[in-house]
Amino acid sequence: MQTIIDQYKTIIREAAEHKIPLQIRGGGTKYFYGSSPIEQSNLWLDATAYNGIIDYEPTELVITARAGTCLADLEAALDQHGQMLAFEPPHFGAAATLGGCVAAGLSGPRRAAAGSVRDFVLGVRLLDGKGEDLHFGGQVMKNVAGYDVSRLMVGSMGTLGVLLEVSLKVLPKPVAEITLCMEMNEAMAIEKMNQWAGKPLPISATCYTGGELFLRLSGAESAVRAAQLKLGGEELGEGGAFWQSVREQTHDFFQSGKPLWRLSIKSTTPGLPLSGLQLIEWSGSLRWLIGNAGINAKTIRTTAKDAGGHATLFRNHESYIPVFHPLDPGMMKIHRALKEKFDPSGIFNPGRLYPEI
Amino acid sequence: MSPQELVNSLRSFLPAEAVLHETEDLKPYECDGLSAYRQLPMIVVLPRNEEQIAKILQLCYATKTPVVARGAGTGLSGGALPHAQGVLLSLAKLNQIIAVDSLARTARVQPGVRNLAISEAVRPYGLYYAPDPSSQIACSIGGNVAENSGGVHCLKYGLTVHNILKLRVLTIGGECLEIGGESLDSAGYDLLALMTGSEGMLGIVTEITVKLIPIPEKAQLVMAAFDDVQKAGNAVANVIGAGIIPAGMEMMDKITIHAVEEFLHAGYDLDAEAILLCESDGSTEEVADEIQRIYAIMQQSGATKISTSRNEAERLSFWAGRKAAFPAAGRVSPDYYCMDGTIPRKHLADVLRGIEKLSQQYGLRCMNVFHAGDGNLHPLILYDANQPGELEKTEEFGGKILEMCIHSGGTITGEHGVGMEKINQMCEQFGAGELEMFHAVKAAFDPVGLLNPGKAVPALHRCAELGAMHVHRGEEKFAELPRF
Repeated sequence: MQTIIDQYKTIIREAAEHKIPLQIRGGGTKYFYGSSPIEQSNLWLDATAYNGIIDYEPTELVITARAGTCLADLEAALDQHGQMLAFEPPHFGAAATLGGCVAAGLSGPRRAAAGSVRDFVLGVRLLDGKGEDLHFGGQVMKNVAGYDVSRLMVGSMGTLGVLLEVSLKVLPKPVAEITLCMEMNEAMAIEKMNQWAGKPLPISATCYTGGELFLRLSGAESAVRAAQLKLGGEELGEGGAFWQSVREQTHDFFQSGKPLWRLSIKSTTPGLPLSGLQLIEWSGSLRWLIGNAGINAKTIRTTAKDAGGHATLFRNHESYIPVFHPLDPGMMKIHRALKEKFDPSGIFNPGRLYPEI
Repeated sequence: MSPQELVNSLRSFLPAEAVLHETEDLKPYECDGLSAYRQLPMIVVLPRNEEQIAKILQLCYATKTPVVARGAGTGLSGGALPHAQGVLLSLAKLNQIIAVDSLARTARVQPGVRNLAISEAVRPYGLYYAPDPSSQIACSIGGNVAENSGGVHCLKYGLTVHNILKLRVLTIGGECLEIGGESLDSAGYDLLALMTGSEGMLGIVTEITVKLIPIPEKAQLVMAAFDDVQKAGNAVANVIGAGIIPAGMEMMDKITIHAVEEFLHAGYDLDAEAILLCESDGSTEEVADEIQRIYAIMQQSGATKISTSRNEAERLSFWAGRKAAFPAAGRVSPDYYCMDGTIPRKHLADVLRGIEKLSQQYGLRCMNVFHAGDGNLHPLILYDANQPGELEKTEEFGGKILEMCIHSGGTITGEHGVGMEKINQMCEQFGAGELEMFHAVKAAFDPVGLLNPGKAVPALHRCAELGAMHVHRGEEKFAELPRF
């Protein structure tokens, strides 16, 4: 395995010397996500070569694996011991890797209840833009030695370094899980999701689509049943399949082929005055939008910003619209400075996140 | 600019009483919770709002004056130790809860608000702020952000970094950044994570939006005694292996049990080598189910005595002993020194044996309390500062414990921060490449290096010299070398 790291280092140093942009490729399941690199480059690094689980002890609640490890294999290993990645990352394809999951920083239906990718990252090993082999964080839950560089990698879209290894906190799978479904209008759904999130109820996921609110309850059998009595609604037979379709975006809502916007906003924001189809997750904090013809990016971004958040053009983007929400000048200054430190030659996925980095 | 000129400049926009420079006024600020390290600052400033802080920072930036931020001063690693030629920026007067949004489950607060005050303010809504460091009655939320503070419930509910949404931060140049958002994520790099636990090295936090969560319907506690530390450690692994994430899981060793029992009469088993406290919280049904399973696991793991709290008063009395561990240490010894390593739990018995050996070697007693769920160990070394050389011996002992934590795959600090105290152990935990990157991260925010200089990250030459000489804590020859 060290040979592979040495090969990575050679590629990085060559790219750095000639200042040639280097594409970091994992399983290629999230190419659709993020901006197209400014310069198309022929030089790429196959991040799937360095793979495999290094250490997994269920009673420590920690798994350490190489970044090229197939995400499905990693989840299968956890499943054997009744554990899971509680942030339920979307795979978007069988080839998805752990490295891609961390670099993209996307979390699934359980996010509002359990936390996001970054909440579960405990440590990383990476190669920086000089080919230096660096370790940050560790394999323990509590660790405040040094700045939290591990979490900085989450969602950085490969612009800061090549991830080699990642340690993650894992959690036991709930004993029982049921899905409830109830008809209501959007305003009522947003209010209910927020009210219930403030009560001690075992709600592990929420989704509002097509005039129906779906709730997933997780926990001890008795606790789930007691909550069902309090909440009412109808029990959905194929709950697991429903949440899987939301997580992987195979649900009908996502099949339009039109631009798909992701608005991450304050959970209590009333129904958005944006014309188009919407699907709501995360107790109201996540709104997916397929805008009607004529709706422009500026309106969407202003709406998201006013609601305390940001908007991403998630799928089917048109090249003249920036994918990620523009940063304020002060924040961009810090981003550029960090990029400069981690990747002085500017070789790692330039432009994949923002043109400036 | 001379100190007097700086005082005059500060008083041009701050009231006279908000700028302290007479020795007797500076004295209360000479140390934080780690009183073994003391240093008078040049000036103390007590601003009341963000605008004043921005002006202070602009002035310090223009005059290249170091700035050390201070919250409630309860930190245990010397992170708020003043700089002799610097300004100590107290955030204590920014103590307002600005807004509570009970439906969105958030609160916007100023950095000087006490941790516990947030939970008290939102209790009427059935909500609370989860991280509960032991000093929560006094420590400030701004300090919690600076240290990424935890507490006894963090295996289940997370650390500060998991429980905040947004920060307003002033850079050393006085520029305001909004980091994070009212949403669950934000655009660009995760600077919220980078700021949390950065020990006042990157910016000054002027406002924090925290997440609030519902108060659990019920909480219940199982107390189990063991005749062997290894068995107690296995019991913890067995609980977690069974798919239970306890709300709290605490362990105390024999010497702690005795010190506490003498002090409090909590009804602890004096024959036990270790006592485990394991708490379940959630809905009534969830707790009933979990407590039953925990009880059975403790039995199977060889507990010699098991009790389950029958009511809230009993639950609190079981906890009282654990919470009294520090005062009890203060009662059985003139002074104590609290360490803060984290280890993978499976190495607990080995590390405790190692500590026992060191304890004999140094002739100093050591009590061990342990956040067993997350592997965070707090050895309390008992010493007498009035005995010449005993503090130095204690520091050396502590340094050895931290090295043991690193070698077992853990870390030198779980929740107290590096500050001034553990700066040499940073050289043990990280290589030159990582330390260089930490300096680079600091430079991205604070290119001139004026925020809390000398803390958290050691200079490379410092480590090189320590390593080359193989010296231990407290014995190094070049104490006057700058550490930045």
